[in-house]
Amino acid sequence: MFRKIFKSLFSHIFLVFVTIISIGPFLWLISTALKSKNENIFAYPPQFIPSHITFENFVGAWNQVPFAGYIINSTIVAVVTIILNLLFASLAAYPLARMEFKGKDWCFFAMLATMMVPFQVIMIPLYLLTLRLNLVDSYGVISGFAGMILPFAVSAFGILLMRQAFLAIPKELEEAAIIDGCNVFQIWAKVLMPLVKPSLATLAIFTFVGCWGEFLWPSIVLTKQEMFTLPVGLNYLQGFFSSNWRFIAAGAIISVVPILIFFLALQKYFVGGQTQGAVKG
Amino acid sequence: MDYSRYCKKYIPYLFLAPALLLLVVFFFLPFFESFYISMLDYANDIYHPEFIGLGNYFMLFKSALFWKTMLNTLIYLVVAVPLLVVLPLIIAVVVNQKLKFINFYRISIYLPVVVSIVVAGIAWKWLYADNGILNYFVSLLGFNKIGWLTDPAYSIYSVIAVTVWKGLGYYMMIYLAALTSVPADLYEAADIDGANLLQKHLAVTIPHLLPAIALVSIISSISAMKVFVEIYVMTQGGPLNSSMTVVYYIYQKGFENLDLGYASACGVVLMLIIMFVSVLNIKKIEGRAL
Repeated sequence: MFRKIFKSLFSHIFLVFVTIISIGPFLWLISTALKSKNENIFAYPPQFIPSHITFENFVGAWNQVPFAGYIINSTIVAVVTIILNLLFASLAAYPLARMEFKGKDWCFFAMLATMMVPFQVIMIPLYLLTLRLNLVDSYGVISGFAGMILPFAVSAFGILLMRQAFLAIPKELEEAAIIDGCNVFQIWAKVLMPLVKPSLATLAIFTFVGCWGEFLWPSIVLTKQEMFTLPVGLNYLQGFFSSNWRFIAAGAIISVVPILIFFLALQKYFVGGQTQGAVKG
Repeated sequence: MDYSRYCKKYIPYLFLAPALLLLVVFFFLPFFESFYISMLDYANDIYHPEFIGLGNYFMLFKSALFWKTMLNTLIYLVVAVPLLVVLPLIIAVVVNQKLKFINFYRISIYLPVVVSIVVAGIAWKWLYADNGILNYFVSLLGFNKIGWLTDPAYSIYSVIAVTVWKGLGYYMMIYLAALTSVPADLYEAADIDGANLLQKHLAVTIPHLLPAIALVSIISSISAMKVFVEIYVMTQGGPLNSSMTVVYYIYQKGFENLDLGYASACGVVLMLIIMFVSVLNIKKIEGRAL
């Protein structure tokens, strides 16, 4: 009994420590963003609770930087990327899970290759390619979005995840559907797809998080400020406000709000579905 | 079920077509082109590059800065990967208990994973500020202020700390998923044998988690070699290139100096290294698992 209490007490102390390290940097950012101009943000000892809580930094940052536009752009990129990923990954995963055909081994090999090669290795030729295809924002809004989205419209991770999901479905269901006169596309659309909804949700969530935080590629292809996504805009803001840390902190907090809501609303999926595709392989 | 009797031969390719088309256009074309670009010299005329064979590679291997970035990348690997393999494992074991507030702990520890790395970089830059909160704690301990991001001796370790901090939750979840598959009766058996807590984990947990540990070491070593945004937001590779990694060097040469050929050569070298490391890792795991 005593040992058990001691063990859980120790666990709590350890976990509180880790939690402080994990969310402490964000809390300190919030604390800074809530401090007014009259308060010294460099005060020693640090003032964790602002003496006068004010929202003027949030208003100031919001008024000087087009956050609404950034959020809309990020949302467009994320939604379209998610839809394309779900569609293409579940289409490609079906034959890989169920059918025998020439070149199947090559398909797996190709997908593994894409997972191993870092994006930075191909980004230069990829950038030249998007220029050649006119997929940059100087050719218009749609070209700009296409250039941001298409290189990420399908991922090997997504295909492997969906394949795993298809493999878990008993084949008898498809046999029954064939006897009922379904063709292959109908089996895919009407029998299999409804059964893999949890995996689709997992894939959608991880695509969203990846997309929402993506910085490098948009920062390379984007030239117009109206097209900026949140991370690119936030990096721009950092330079724009130079060392006005109250505004930088407020801007960073504003940019976190959408993903924070998303994460807290769907936390079960993060805690539950994380490794569906990864560990089993 | 036998699909080959039921559907036409071209059907599988129809399903694969959109994904394969995208992979070919936006991955394999650039991938193979990077070898070609790495043999061009863009220095004189960016629109009409000159073919120089392996010239860029010779220049690369002669460049002291390139070797410095290689060394920095190696430091990144050697410091970040062990931390990312061990720390999340310990956290996962502790979090894998029925405790009060356990969900709160898990969510909080996972939070840095979902937040954009740009935000994380900004948050840490603020902690690392010269008169910032970390230096306050340092001064409390009676030491002089540390130039976390401004002292060439510390900058790369400060950036590594952010990478590790942001990865903790991700790898914790991988371990947690694996931990739930460890049979509970093994722990009971160990209890009966009179094993203490540490012995139990060494004898039961670790052997069961070997596949997960291998997975985490592969993922974390590949991602340690790809680190970019932390550096971009916090140090830009400085001071004095002390936090410049290979990937950052590629970016700087390619998109700031527009030396596309040289940058591509650097990318090809990095890719060969990563593939070598991956194959080595996979071999090792196969050897252990089979």
